[in-house]
Amino acid sequence: MREMTYSEAMAIGILEALAEDETVVLMGAGFGGLHGDPAVWGQLREKFGDRITNPPIAELGYCGIAVGAALTGLRPIVAIGTGSFSFEAFPQIANEAPQAYYGSRGQVTCPVVFHMRAGIRGAGALQHSTAPQAMYWNTPGLEICVPGSPADVRGLIKAAVRSDNPTIFIDHERLHPLMGEVDETSSGDIPLGVADVKREGSDVTIVATSIMVHRALEAAESLADQGVSAEVVDPRTLVPLDKDAILRSVAKTGRVVVADETQKSCGVASEIAATIAEEGFDSLRAPIKRVAIPNVPIPYHQSEEDYVTPTAQRIVEAAQVICS
Amino acid sequence: MAGSELSVDTLKSALHRMMLIRRAEEQVIDLATSFDDLIRGHYHVYIGQEASGVGACMALGPDDYMFTTHRNHGHVIARGGEPSPVIAEIIGRTTGYNKGRGGTFHVIAKHLGVLQTSAIVGGCVPMAAGAAFSIKKRGTDQVSLVFFGDGVLEEGAFHEALNMSSLWKLPLIMMCENNSVLPEGRRQGEYPSSSFAATQLADVAKAMNVETHVVDGGDVREVAGLLTELAHRTRAGEGPFFIESRMTRWPGNRGSFPELIGGPHQMDWTWDPGTADARLQDWLTNSDPVSLLCRSLVEEGAMTREEVEEIDAATRKEAEEAREFALSSPTPSPESAMDYIFA
Ligand SMILES: Cc1ncc(C[n+]2csc(CCOP(=O)(O)OP(=O)(O)O)c2C)c(N)n1
Ligand SMILES: [Mg+2]
Repeated sequence: MREMTYSEAMAIGILEALAEDETVVLMGAGFGGLHGDPAVWGQLREKFGDRITNPPIAELGYCGIAVGAALTGLRPIVAIGTGSFSFEAFPQIANEAPQAYYGSRGQVTCPVVFHMRAGIRGAGALQHSTAPQAMYWNTPGLEICVPGSPADVRGLIKAAVRSDNPTIFIDHERLHPLMGEVDETSSGDIPLGVADVKREGSDVTIVATSIMVHRALEAAESLADQGVSAEVVDPRTLVPLDKDAILRSVAKTGRVVVADETQKSCGVASEIAATIAEEGFDSLRAPIKRVAIPNVPIPYHQSEEDYVTPTAQRIVEAAQVICS
Repeated sequence: MAGSELSVDTLKSALHRMMLIRRAEEQVIDLATSFDDLIRGHYHVYIGQEASGVGACMALGPDDYMFTTHRNHGHVIARGGEPSPVIAEIIGRTTGYNKGRGGTFHVIAKHLGVLQTSAIVGGCVPMAAGAAFSIKKRGTDQVSLVFFGDGVLEEGAFHEALNMSSLWKLPLIMMCENNSVLPEGRRQGEYPSSSFAATQLADVAKAMNVETHVVDGGDVREVAGLLTELAHRTRAGEGPFFIESRMTRWPGNRGSFPELIGGPHQMDWTWDPGTADARLQDWLTNSDPVSLLCRSLVEEGAMTREEVEEIDAATRKEAEEAREFALSSPTPSPESAMDYIFA
């Protein structure tokens, strides 16, 4: 076991994916973002420079080229950068990639990974803060990974690459510097569609992904001080969604807060809450609470940005309401 | 109309605007680097490109539209924006042009015809073409001018907007600021690039039957002369036009976090570039639009060094006051995040 940053663990996962299959290629290499550590990310170029293509600023074009490459035997990982920029490529991501397999009734597969850093990063303002996972969830045929820990990002990037389906891989600028343990002596494989209970508890379930896992754990800590035992369930992938794990936890606690950093309307929290209401209604002892972003774009100044950010404190408040 | 015909008074006011942009941007860099919590993300400054923005805006009238990008601060000031509300916007204060909602990427000032500032590479060009479309439909004699970087030609949105603006003969001026040009290539030369296949940026516009021009974006007289002529012709229905305005990158403009090499610009460096940090000397000698203009005005006898330095002192003071204004302005209340969602 070694403590490392989320960013380093992702780099290790990508390096492992490149090493295990020579059809894996990178379209762009800016996975580490503006603050990517050159000592970590430089290894991609050193070890696999011949498998990296640096595209022009042409999201629609290079995502389409990755789709075409995926239809013909390569497994591209596309570094789109900021999640908002993926909208420039929406026609290829939403209209083409997810429909190749379905539309051909299984004749062809499209094993492409679209990587993006999404969410409220701090002064990203209107066009550098979008978290598009809910929008992609509304696009059947796309798998969606939203890992929140170093071990999860390492394992899931490999699972995404191995998958024969197009996968949206979303991390968060604020996750990159966070530390966690990674076991480099094992493969660290994690299958898609398997949730992880990040903390056990008995009074209330907090379902959270990506950056929200950390806020949920912080909330659970302060709830514990108040005598409330919270369980934190991290689905890790939205598609496929490990409904059983969520429903199992809710059956135990009878209360649930779904915390997510997407907008509240038709967001990630909405879909999870609806699933619980539909399939776990009998376990519920209180209404389901959603902690999410109000339905506004993301403003620039910190005071307004903090106001719309779903924080640990807001999770605590939501839990208090249903546990009282 | 040749640029050299500009009157001394006009040139003085152009120099004033250029220096004002330089000094305001220096304040922006200082605010970003001296405080952790003012400009929390990455940002872009217009140092080294001042002649292009100021020269182009000299051709605009009060009712014209102007669109810009992530590198907008200098364009807004060139258009007549005051440094105080620009800097206030950049640090998110309620006295900023958009009351702190947009920050560095999105300075918007309707009274200057700056209606929507996009940080999406390529986002501004179709919108500017749309403003030109509306001008034509409404039958006014306005012009829509859009500033954008050379990277925009890599985006599909540019090509679609270019095609429609040509098909529909829109009153649009596309001012492509190519800030990747070596000094010797500013007047002629090709555009060797790993990310753009055409030999010249203007080749694409030519293929779409759009009249194109290449201008030395480091020379405010050339830019103002060309743009004034093209603005007239645009109003006469001869648009659209594509201009490649070539300039040489300021050495402090590296990546997403600019660096004030050797501190704020000193007028000594203008008169004798050899006194500056070694990394700046070549740029100050051959490419800095502010220094080039200062030296040529003095050489021509249009201004004395002292007069130039007076303008510099005035703009420095103006920029310092703008900084103080911004710093002493209120921040938005948290709840104001919920205002202005729908009209
Ligand atoms: C659609 C999109 N893709 C990528 C980016 C990230 N980005 C910001 S500025 C920039 C480079 C732009 O180059 P250019 O247009 O030449 O402008 P310059 O910064 O040189 O003025 C890039 C790639 C973005 N803002 N929008
Ligand atoms: Mg450029």
